[in-house]
Amino acid sequence: MYPANFNYVRAGSVAEALSLIESEEDAKFLAGGHSLIPTMKLRLAEPSTLVDIGRIEDLRGISYGSGDEPDCIGSLTSHATIATSQLPCALVEAARGIGDPQVRNRGTIGGNIAHADPASDLPTVLTALEATIRVAGPEGTRNIEAGDFFTGLFETGLKDNELITVISVPREESGAGSAYAKLFNPASRYAVVGASAVVTLDAGKIVRARVAVGGLTATAVRCGAVEAALEGNSSSADAIKEASSQVAADVVDDILEDVHASAEYRLGIIPVFVARAVQSACSRAA
Amino acid sequence: MSRFVGKSFKRVEDPRFLQGQGSYVANLQRPGMAYVAILRSPHAHARIVGIDASAAEALDGVIAVYKGQDLIDGGVGPLPCGWVVPELKIPERWPIVPDCVRHVGDGVAVVVADSPYVAEDALELIEVDYEPLPVSLGARATTEYRATQIHDGIPNNTAYTWALGDEQAMRKAFAEAAHVVELDLINQRLIPNAMEPRACMAEWDAAMEEMTVWTTSQNPHPIRLLLSAFTLGIPENKLRVISPDVGGGFGSKIFHYPEEVVVPWVARAIQRPAKWVSTRSEAFMTDSQGRDHVTNVKMAMQRDGVITGLHVQTWADQGAYLSTFAPLIPTALSITLFSGLYKIPGIWGEMKGTLTNTVPVDAYRGAGRPEASYLLERIVELGAKKMGMDPIAFRRLNLIPAEEFPYQTPVAFQYDSGNYQGLFDKLEELSDYGQLRAEQQVQRAAGKLWGVGVSGCIEASGPAPSAVAGSLGSAVGLWESGTVRVHPSGKVTALTGSHAHGQGHETTFAQVVAEELNIEIEDVEIIHGDTGRIPFGMGTYGSRSAAVGGSALVRSAERVREKMIKIAAHQMESRPEDVYFDDETRTIRVQGATDEGMTFGAVAMAAYTAHDLPPDIEPGLDETAFFDPSNFTFPNSAHLAVVSIDRETGEITLEKYVGVDDVGKVINPLIVDGQLVGGVAQGVGQALWEHGIYGEDGQLLTGSMLDYAMPRADRFPTIQTGRIETPSPTNPLGVKGAGEMGTIAGTVTVANAVMDALAPLGVDHVEMPFTSEKIWQTIQSHSDS
Repeated sequence: MYPANFNYVRAGSVAEALSLIESEEDAKFLAGGHSLIPTMKLRLAEPSTLVDIGRIEDLRGISYGSGDEPDCIGSLTSHATIATSQLPCALVEAARGIGDPQVRNRGTIGGNIAHADPASDLPTVLTALEATIRVAGPEGTRNIEAGDFFTGLFETGLKDNELITVISVPREESGAGSAYAKLFNPASRYAVVGASAVVTLDAGKIVRARVAVGGLTATAVRCGAVEAALEGNSSSADAIKEASSQVAADVVDDILEDVHASAEYRLGIIPVFVARAVQSACSRAA
Repeated sequence: MSRFVGKSFKRVEDPRFLQGQGSYVANLQRPGMAYVAILRSPHAHARIVGIDASAAEALDGVIAVYKGQDLIDGGVGPLPCGWVVPELKIPERWPIVPDCVRHVGDGVAVVVADSPYVAEDALELIEVDYEPLPVSLGARATTEYRATQIHDGIPNNTAYTWALGDEQAMRKAFAEAAHVVELDLINQRLIPNAMEPRACMAEWDAAMEEMTVWTTSQNPHPIRLLLSAFTLGIPENKLRVISPDVGGGFGSKIFHYPEEVVVPWVARAIQRPAKWVSTRSEAFMTDSQGRDHVTNVKMAMQRDGVITGLHVQTWADQGAYLSTFAPLIPTALSITLFSGLYKIPGIWGEMKGTLTNTVPVDAYRGAGRPEASYLLERIVELGAKKMGMDPIAFRRLNLIPAEEFPYQTPVAFQYDSGNYQGLFDKLEELSDYGQLRAEQQVQRAAGKLWGVGVSGCIEASGPAPSAVAGSLGSAVGLWESGTVRVHPSGKVTALTGSHAHGQGHETTFAQVVAEELNIEIEDVEIIHGDTGRIPFGMGTYGSRSAAVGGSALVRSAERVREKMIKIAAHQMESRPEDVYFDDETRTIRVQGATDEGMTFGAVAMAAYTAHDLPPDIEPGLDETAFFDPSNFTFPNSAHLAVVSIDRETGEITLEKYVGVDDVGKVINPLIVDGQLVGGVAQGVGQALWEHGIYGEDGQLLTGSMLDYAMPRADRFPTIQTGRIETPSPTNPLGVKGAGEMGTIAGTVTVANAVMDALAPLGVDHVEMPFTSEKIWQTIQSHSDS
């Protein structure tokens, strides 16, 4: 497992990282390296230069918002940090289920979403949470909504030489709860399918619901049909189950198939995980 | 009263392993090292039309590129098959293929470079012109008339057929049977995945014309023999093979592999040390794989449920070539176990060994015996169901009674000792079996899929009496050597021909030798894995190390002890029959004498100074024994598992696991428990997760850890172990093998539990592994709604 030849430079700041990546042909940012290094060792990726952003301290850590201010997660924040944080439960739950302790200690949220693996947990959760992804690039910084960020299999809305700096997550309003539920791939521990829900309850009724699922198609999918069926209705188990079955209307095209699960199975069990996520979010909201 | 044997000691080798100080082949360095990389076929079956290596050869840092024919021209021979059943057709297998690739991963060319990075770069520059050929897959399908013939001279892709048992008695049993149960089943392809991938390093001493090969082998002496006599041609006395610390084998490191030929050949050709280290990706497509049997089994019973006959037909996929011991696994290590723990008069087993365009299949932990146990304990389960009997009661009805040992089965083996009813007594007690069945009623009433599975398994371990092995097809003897060397200061070096790659020999064997010689464990150093230091030995597989290798050390220690008694008696002016090793004082004393006697060290020194030895005693204290057991040992077990199934998703949770084993006398209970628990995890891995899947084009679809699901600790409850002890009469330690029973029993125990959980749906059988999807599909197709 030896990668092809490459150059290595280390950036001390975001500005330096952006300037280094501009100055090199076919360069890539290196964060935790947990997706990039294996693909380089398999020679599926052969970047000429790695710009190591791993020591830019400004990009690491969580700053909790207050009032309407969102929680801001630096792109270099590790899964392990998120797994033990005060961030919304859905995100904490998803981070806990990523890989193993070594992966969680090294892997970063920014690297994870930049890689945009369709089986990854975080895109699903960030989509449901309506997170905003802030990126810095040669033309300045801009914000991308999570729902627009993931554009295809291993494809994102990042332009050339743009760097994810912050993932901001709206704080949970009072009466709100969130959750993530997935079927673990027994080999990789990625999600065969995963579902995330953010709900707000008022007097036993679901007044607001945000639901997303992942693992079924090329990107995480926001489930408008499920949300519509949930909102305004009771948070009883039966009502949730009924609403969750609407997920079939939200994911229709090009369902993934592999040695672990057929499209039929993925579609067959996703309502179960949607219901579990919604149920669990409701119990946290109550 | 023993001081060491039977007691738990932490493994003396662990501090170095845990602190990263182990000496593994990949870590070894020699000055001027060259690095070997191998270009592997991306096709499952293709003719090589041409290879253009000019760009690779021109790359800076590349020393040489070799093709298959270069090695053949350079004197390399084909890899032999070391287990020859009657009328075996052995396909030619070259270390690097000259003309045709037959599985994805087959070696096509060798690059030698100054660094492993350059070697890898050069692989990308070699252009191979392949003419793809149709592939043949499937243990049984490959024998059908339309299948592509993979090797010239092996029609129907069938390398051998083999049968054993009493066909007439079988036919009679079925003719007279009141009940017959039948099952088609598949024992799926597994990929061993030892933690340490294989590696090989070699250094040629041109002045002495001597070759040293470091390799990750479970048996360095047989590898030296095969290298010398078949593949490399360097005389054994000029060839040293060293297997240093090895990180797990599970059978996959028994065999003679192409890289063990290529690397020393290269080292001599370029006159530089050379090293190859397998990547995990290469391991998936080149390490011999396991299982892959397709079976039809029928069982005949009397009206009362007594089993009278068993008829088994199996097609065993051996892969693209016959690996070193491939034909042994489905034959003499599988059919011979078809009697299980039961008294069955009419057993007939038929086996076809077939070839496919896949990685070769050979021994993998349990090797033939998990396959035998799986088919037998699945059909026994169906037998119990057919009779409407509790599965333990049904087994008890058919167990071989304790008073009938030694017991001769109709399939060649004579079981040494056992108390099978006692196993189930202990299992019922430890698991609280009655309570479990009561709880199952409650769970089922609540609509839960909740199952209890049991198994009773037999193993033949500790191969073997060499004469028997020879009659069954072995090209080698299966005895073991042991040397006990007492140094003048009284410290002891013990050499064993068996090899540790996780088993803890350095601890267990030190316990055995310290016990025999009445010294401390710290005074005994165990050496293994180096043909330059150790008398010829057969290595480690088949749970043989303690039974055969340990016994050889007992024999040599006994000789040392006898000699020391004669020397001490002479020195203390008494008769040998009055001299004894005193446990309390650790001295060698005269019966009834009041003096302090002699210390162990003093007698050792006397043996070497030789100033005053008895007239018939030679100087020195160094004894070697070669132990050839009179029989295999037959460990046996009764295991139980409880599983629950999530109806909505098909996910299985292993709720409880209890294993009761008879492994004879136990030397180190801690290590034995570790073997059993690890074995169970591996067995459960086959039942629930592991599956080497090939696509229709022969591509391995589970070629990495992303897709091949290994067992993980967090999926297991605490595995409870219990023991009963019936000492084996076939070796001086009374031990039976402990290394494989967990794997043998774990798979079918969990399979029976899963089927028990699904029983309310009317399900009799599902093929392994029981993935969430497979179980979900089963539930869907058997549910009313």
